[in-house]
Amino acid sequence: MPESVVILIGTKKGAFIAEGTTERSAWSIRGPYCDAWPINHVIGDAASGTIYAAGGNEWFGPAVWMSTDLGQTWSHSSDGLAYADGEAPIQSVWSLRAVNGHLFAGVAPAGLFRSDDGGVTWVHLDGLQKHPSRADWMPGGAGLVLHHIVAHPSDEKQIWIGISAAGVFHTADGGKTWEPRNKGTRNDFAPEGQRYPEFGQCVHAIVMAPGVPDRLYQQNHCGMYVTESGGREWESIETGLPSTFGFPAAAHPRDPDILYLLPLNGDSIGRFMPDGQAAIWRTTDRGKTWQALRTGLPQDGAFFGVLRQALATDSLTPAGVYFGTSSGSLFASADEGDSWFRVAEHLPTITSVEIMPTNA
Amino acid sequence: MSESVTPEGLPSVRVVLPAPPLRLFPGAAADVRIQAYTVSDMLDVLNQRWPGMRDRLADTSPAVRRHINIFVDGQRAQLQTPLVDGADVYVLTAMSGG
Repeated sequence: MPESVVILIGTKKGAFIAEGTTERSAWSIRGPYCDAWPINHVIGDAASGTIYAAGGNEWFGPAVWMSTDLGQTWSHSSDGLAYADGEAPIQSVWSLRAVNGHLFAGVAPAGLFRSDDGGVTWVHLDGLQKHPSRADWMPGGAGLVLHHIVAHPSDEKQIWIGISAAGVFHTADGGKTWEPRNKGTRNDFAPEGQRYPEFGQCVHAIVMAPGVPDRLYQQNHCGMYVTESGGREWESIETGLPSTFGFPAAAHPRDPDILYLLPLNGDSIGRFMPDGQAAIWRTTDRGKTWQALRTGLPQDGAFFGVLRQALATDSLTPAGVYFGTSSGSLFASADEGDSWFRVAEHLPTITSVEIMPTNA
Repeated sequence: MSESVTPEGLPSVRVVLPAPPLRLFPGAAADVRIQAYTVSDMLDVLNQRWPGMRDRLADTSPAVRRHINIFVDGQRAQLQTPLVDGADVYVLTAMSGG
């Protein structure tokens, strides 16, 4: 049993860390770390205890920061984290995944890198750049961003990635070759008759159901989806939700039928909580039905959004759920989402929320 | 009265670095003397002393980063700008951000 819960928070102005008891009370916040760089994603590696933070600075470019003492001291590296001379330079690191001794980094413009030495040096997995669809990838509103990396729990050759707005891709050979996995997901921005292309969908988040590696959930710019085939076929689960638009998704730590989403009021009129009333939505039956969870969340004037990596669950019982807002508030639930309280406010815009994993 | 060229034939220049990149490289000096033919070579020398510094100041365009300015004797320089012996090189962070 871990002695504390550590929330890793990425913001537009540095990384922050919140620590609380396993009752998930008495929180303390520290930061900003990483020299207050714009940080897109902060994760923890259970095996090494290292915290990694991905970002990019207008002056100094992209880097991955790391701390081996729970954030007290940090170093950074981008050794090898670059495309060949003459290609569009990497602007920022957007996503991280630590698995089986490897650390993966997704960047913008979209590409995937791997480090086998804890983020000190990086190699480019250039198979993605060689995909025949690459020349036709279009950037989303935040750029051509590789923002999600999902790793298979037992087959380290299998990785899924999400790119805005190229869609979901899967590799079965560790990143040498890739195939689009978007069948059944919609692109409402395409002309009628062309709304289910092979690639080009604007995926916002993909998460794996615990214990069911072929079941992935997806929040897309255009709908919410589930697959039972590792993404070969997706089915819509948006019925019952207040809109088809949102950014993040989070799976339950143990129950593969539970998913959390944060639908916004659509993509064209502010992208905030519907009617200014905050709610997180939960399904306990794999997306057949949905329940709005509002207790403790602001129900008046909540004109914030929640970005694509800013929703997470912990591994405690009952599970904790956490999300960070574009307005710099961090909300938490210690009872699987039934009730909520605010952990922090007045932080910079929150880009990511993750829980430091433990080996306990 | 020209300054003497170093025994290796390399121009020797003074390089002044601002606080923001120095914070990223603990122990780095703000005012250093470096021998190099060009700005690009100068960044390589800085990178040898403080690994990773070149990536912070130049990208793979290849070019000096868009929001970094390097001035050689008062003139804004590019990677290929030659250095002359005795030059003063200032690395500056441009106004940027929000």
